[in-house]
Amino acid sequence: MHLLFIRKQLENSGLLRMGADRPVLLYTLVSGILFGIFFGLMGLGLNFIFGVMKIVNLAHGDFVMLGAFGVYLGQTIWGVNPIISLLIEFVVFILIGIPIYYALVPRLLKSRDPEMLSLILFFGFSQTIEALATMAFGNNPETIDATLLGKYPFHLFGQSFQFAWLVVVLVSVAAMVFMYVYLYHTRIGIATRAVMGSREEAQSSGIHVHRVSALAFGIGLGLAAVAGGMSPFMLGGIFPTMGVDLTAMSFAIIVIGSLGNPLGTILGGLVYGISLMLMQTYLPSWSSMVPYLLLIIILLVRPSGLLGRRVRHA
Amino acid sequence: MRKRIVSNGIVIVLLALAFAIAPAFYSNESVLFQMMVFLALAQGVNILYGFTGYLPFGYVGFFGIGAYGASVSISLWHTPAWLAMIAGGIAALVAGGMLSPLLRLSGAYFAIGSLAASQVLYYVVSNSNLQNITNGPYGVNLAAVFNDRASYFAMLLVLIITTMFVAYLRMSRLGMSLVAVREDPISAGMAGIHVVRTRTFVWLTTAVIAGLVGAVYAWHISVFYPDTVFDLSISIFAIVFTLFGGGATVLGPIIGTVILYGVYNVIGVSDPQYFQLIYGVLIMVLVLFLPNGVLSLLRRRGIDVP
Repeated sequence: MHLLFIRKQLENSGLLRMGADRPVLLYTLVSGILFGIFFGLMGLGLNFIFGVMKIVNLAHGDFVMLGAFGVYLGQTIWGVNPIISLLIEFVVFILIGIPIYYALVPRLLKSRDPEMLSLILFFGFSQTIEALATMAFGNNPETIDATLLGKYPFHLFGQSFQFAWLVVVLVSVAAMVFMYVYLYHTRIGIATRAVMGSREEAQSSGIHVHRVSALAFGIGLGLAAVAGGMSPFMLGGIFPTMGVDLTAMSFAIIVIGSLGNPLGTILGGLVYGISLMLMQTYLPSWSSMVPYLLLIIILLVRPSGLLGRRVRHA
Repeated sequence: MRKRIVSNGIVIVLLALAFAIAPAFYSNESVLFQMMVFLALAQGVNILYGFTGYLPFGYVGFFGIGAYGASVSISLWHTPAWLAMIAGGIAALVAGGMLSPLLRLSGAYFAIGSLAASQVLYYVVSNSNLQNITNGPYGVNLAAVFNDRASYFAMLLVLIITTMFVAYLRMSRLGMSLVAVREDPISAGMAGIHVVRTRTFVWLTTAVIAGLVGAVYAWHISVFYPDTVFDLSISIFAIVFTLFGGGATVLGPIIGTVILYGVYNVIGVSDPQYFQLIYGVLIMVLVLFLPNGVLSLLRRRGIDVP
């Protein structure tokens, strides 16, 4: 569904009218990089949560979906600018995330096999969100006018792109800078990295592991919502059941980058974005396989991801 | 030991009798058939997840490949239906062999890897470039060999064989060694168990089970699309049913499927959102409060369940 939309955008931009004297490869690469940065944002929250708690948030895509609907409702009902909605959403989702953490995760971490059971638990959570969202929003795809973020195309290497893409890329970069500053230049961020290194050792050196993790969980959801808020401009129609696809996509991205390393996600997003765009342009009928095929290949060939340092227990 | 053989035998005989007689009392045969499909798939998940700890999110991939193996063999080579069922099983066996490197992964990585693998199989089968073999996204029509009765009993046969295999694992050396490998592969290897060989054997067996179930399913419904047989919710359902009852038992998946699939038929068809809501909440409650399934309530009181 989303891939179809991306393809339509490429068609509209004249890319697929072969024989025109546009440098197709250059356009493909640049749009791959732009989408790649956005995809990096998409995986960031999921990877952060995995890195800190070693649990898989299979409801990630559903929080992305909720973020998208937040921006959509803000725009259509109150006429709020999407960028302002994003900032509000980021805070609101952090605040929602903290109680969710305390309700689910400590109990889960005490169980026999937290990593595995987290898959099932958050799958149930994802189903719950999807069901409630379907009841609230109905099943029809909704769209937002992309010219809201700026009417005129922008130019890069002699090619023109939608202005909205530029805004999305800037928001994604801002989120990544936020993540970097949080992790490397704040006290709680340093504590978070300690927890990522070793939960037990962090606890025994006096770090409030649950407090740090709860905030990390909230930030993870907040980042998912921000990615969601931008998704109508990149991926097209939004609908309550889009979460599962987005979770799979995000998972492919973070496995490529390397699981548990938030900054590796950016690289994963770029690799994913560029390879997706190349496939869309040159082998469109096979392109929907890309995320899954990349995922399997990376898992088997380089299980620790492109930036992974330690070898995973396989 | 003898007590166990008897109790497992009773469960299997009752299961066989129930589904053999049920069509005479209950007119909606398709519900019974689907229930058998999920019972067999849940037992397949049970073998893999319960005994080896691998959670196959992409189990539906083998189901779909089995369905397509059977339908290709019928529509291209015009084989009789029973041969096509075997072809479905073989197709799944080949797919399982190709995907066996996934067993190198563990935990969440395996679950996600197998999910991705099932999607790759789906995109290959439904690709319009393969239209002259699989008819691509436009689906398959097997009306020529349609046989309501025969396919119902073929499904029952697959279900009984699968359940007997689970019972065998429950009581045999092989099952014990699998549990040992699940708990601690290194110690198990030191104790003389061929870790890789037993795992691969079980993996291929579960692939064949899903392939046979898929093939018989294809035969029974006779008209279907790639989306029908590669629907991810099929593997999710099978996993939830298994977890609900309790893994690594014969009875657990049966109880889980009969109760939850029953609930699905009462409310899931008319109000899918409400069913999805109930089932989502139920999964969460299960994982948090009863991670070993409802049968663990009995086992905690010292009652041995088959």
